[in-house]
Amino acid sequence: MNWFFELLRASIGKKLLMALTGLAFCLFLLIHLIGNLTLYGGKDLFLSYVDHLHALDPIIRVAEIGLLFFAVIHVFTGLLLFWQNLQARPVRYQVNKNAGGRTLGSATMPYTGIFILGFVVVHLLNFHFIDHSQQSVFQAMDTTFSLLPYVIFYTFAVIVVAVHVSHGFWSLFQTLGANHIKYMPAIKGLGVVLSLLVAAGFGFIPVYVSFLM
Amino acid sequence: MISKTINLTLKVWRQGRKEPIGRLETYQAKDISTDMSFLEMLDVVNEDLTKAGKEPIAFDHDCREGICGMCGAVINGRAHGQEKKTTLCQLHMRHFKDGDTIVVEPWRARAFPLVKDLVVDRSALDKIIMAGGYISANAGGAPDANAIPISKEVAENAFNAAACIGCGACVAACPNASAMLFVSAKVSHLALLPQGRPEAARRARAMVQAMDACGFGNCSNETECEAECPKGISIVEIARLNREFFKSEFS
Ligand code: SF4
Ligand code: FES
Repeated sequence: MNWFFELLRASIGKKLLMALTGLAFCLFLLIHLIGNLTLYGGKDLFLSYVDHLHALDPIIRVAEIGLLFFAVIHVFTGLLLFWQNLQARPVRYQVNKNAGGRTLGSATMPYTGIFILGFVVVHLLNFHFIDHSQQSVFQAMDTTFSLLPYVIFYTFAVIVVAVHVSHGFWSLFQTLGANHIKYMPAIKGLGVVLSLLVAAGFGFIPVYVSFLM
Repeated sequence: MISKTINLTLKVWRQGRKEPIGRLETYQAKDISTDMSFLEMLDVVNEDLTKAGKEPIAFDHDCREGICGMCGAVINGRAHGQEKKTTLCQLHMRHFKDGDTIVVEPWRARAFPLVKDLVVDRSALDKIIMAGGYISANAGGAPDANAIPISKEVAENAFNAAACIGCGACVAACPNASAMLFVSAKVSHLALLPQGRPEAARRARAMVQAMDACGFGNCSNETECEAECPKGISIVEIARLNREFFKSEFS
């Protein structure tokens, strides 16, 4: 067990935690997105998707607990790294300039991360922790997105998720040691595609529901 | 060849040995030949300061030909200045325009305590090397050259990593003040070669632990280091360090 704690104490060990939990969230995002795309096929298709999902209840429970566990690790490790990194440079530069490595995604990771945590809480309150015997998920969505502030908030939040993923995706491969001149461009490309899919696929849902449905 | 001369305004970080915090002070650099290096320009300014009875600006340097890794300062927010793959001693004044204002700051990191003005103590990098940046060789006669065959590709990769001069620009440029590029270059250069393999697992662990203990920040793949490294060390080395580290931890 000693090696395990030694691993977690090391900076690279914490990176590994961020990468593995991040990978799980990327997979979750993809599955969540594919499910939600049924919405564009109309109310019936969406509701039948929700029904099918509930038929898998035991698996869903396990996945939920797993995701919660990963979220705790991702958030706490991330905050610890953020704090340690601030400490590592007690006197800041007077002039700050990028050399071209930093991106919008990489520079804002802790901030977009904290925002996403807040968004996930709101999102769960809107759709998960509601009385499902009183209203279907579809009705919950209808009421939520009938309010313009929610439409704006959700659309914005999804863009923030995409920005987070734009750095997180390729970065997790780098951390796992999978960086090769031949494959890295493809991994980076996939990351961009995933971010755009997330932004476009999820991002239009609130607008679609409130204005077009 | 008649060289052009330019006039510059410098804002240089000044901090005495006993002072807890310093400040930017403004100096005029007059009639600077564009053929000069940045350090030669500082020499000219220091001469003026000395003549005026003022304390010259302290800065580190040695070879002045881009191979020793002693020099370095942050110029207008960029480690070793804005030119790619260039050390400060090889940054020429022709890259500046007449009338430019240049802000000169020391490397900033908790692990690099400031000594004076632009001079910082980089012995943390030495501590990391002492922890494992070597191979153990039993004494005896020199082995035959080419007794151990190494393919061209491996030799080249090892040599690319070995190009690191230990200047610390990667730490200075990293938003997290992490030393991962330096450590990865040292670990890679030895891990790639057969002579370095026997100690590779112990080395990767020991050097990462030493790096963490020195108070450097954590790498978050910002890739600013590879953009600023005067020797063009790539973050591919960091991925290799990660692999070496995991291998040693999980075995
Ligand atoms: S990796 Fe590059 S920037 Fe870092 S110490 Fe080595 S030569 Fe300097
Ligand atoms: S003085 Fe030797 S590298 Fe600049």
